[in-house]
Amino acid sequence: MNGAHDMGGMDGFGPVEREADAPIFHDEWERRAFALTVAMGFYGLWNIDISRYARENRDPLGYLRDSYYERWLYGLESLLEQNGLVSREEIAARMAELAEGVG
Amino acid sequence: MSEHRHGTPPSDTALRVKALESLLVEKGLVDPAALDALIDTYENKVGPRNGAAVVARAWSDSEYKARLLADGSATIAELGFTGRTGDHMVVVENTPRVHNMVVCTLCSCYPWTVLGLPPVWYKASPYRARAVKEPRGVLRDFGVELAEDVEIRVWDSTSEIRYLVLPERPPGTEGLSEAELAALVTRDSMIGTERALTPDEARAKPEAAE
Repeated sequence: MNGAHDMGGMDGFGPVEREADAPIFHDEWERRAFALTVAMGFYGLWNIDISRYARENRDPLGYLRDSYYERWLYGLESLLEQNGLVSREEIAARMAELAEGVG
Repeated sequence: MSEHRHGTPPSDTALRVKALESLLVEKGLVDPAALDALIDTYENKVGPRNGAAVVARAWSDSEYKARLLADGSATIAELGFTGRTGDHMVVVENTPRVHNMVVCTLCSCYPWTVLGLPPVWYKASPYRARAVKEPRGVLRDFGVELAEDVEIRVWDSTSEIRYLVLPERPPGTEGLSEAELAALVTRDSMIGTERALTPDEARAKPEAAE
C-alpha cells in the first residue's frame, strides 16, 4: 500500500534531531498505549502486517500530524472496532465520563 | 490515577488512552498488572545492553562471530536473547571498507530483543526519509565523517527481517574483557549511525552506553 508512511527518499523533512538522554517513553499515556497494543496483539486476532495496515491506511495529513504512539493508538482503535471489541463511540462516551470525574 | 494536578485537564490523547484501557479492563480483555509488567520489561529490562553483549562476544570469539554473521537469530539466541522481533535477525559487519546503517523507511521495524525499543529519531520522518537517499549527510548529523572510498550499505528493515550492525572493534582494546568491551558498544553503533567508543571516549562519556 502506498501512502504518507512510504517516505524513504522524500525530501524536505529536515535534519535528524536527537534528544540528549532521551527516555524510552515521554509520557504515561505512551506507556499505556504501547502496553495495550502489545497485550491485545497476544490474542492473535491480527498479525503485525494487519496492525501496520491499520496504522497506515488513513488520511496522509492525520498520519503525518500524529506522534508515533498516537499512530499506534489510532491503529489499535481501528483493529478493536473491526473486530467488534470496542467501538469509537464507546471510547468517546468513556472519555466524557472520565472527564466529568477529573478535577 | 492522580497524576494530573487539580484543575489541569489531561490532554485529549491521554484521556483517550485512559478511556480505552478502562474499557478493555472492564471487558476482561486486559489485566492492568500485565500491562505494568510489559512496560517494565521494555523500559527497564530489554535494551541495548543485550546487543552490546552480542557484539562483545563476537569481538572476543572468532567462532561466535562467524556463526553470528552466518545465522544471526540462532547465534544471538545462544546468549538467551529471543523474542518475536528477533525471529529473523541479520547481522552485518562494519569493516574499514564497508559501513552498514539500518533504517525502517516505512515504519519503525527494529530488533527489540537486542536493542529494546527504538529511539524517537529512528521512528521520525527525517531519518526514515533521508537515510536511504543521503546516508553520508545523515551520518554527518550524528558527527560521523566517512572517507569517500568507504562503501555505505543501508539496510531497510521489515517486519520479517531486522538488522544488527556489528561495529568495528575500536583501537586500543587489546586484552579487554567482554564486559569491558561491551561498555564501548553504544546503541547507535549497533544501528550504524556512529562508531563504537574507544576506551578514552567511553571514559569521557560514561553514560554513552546506556
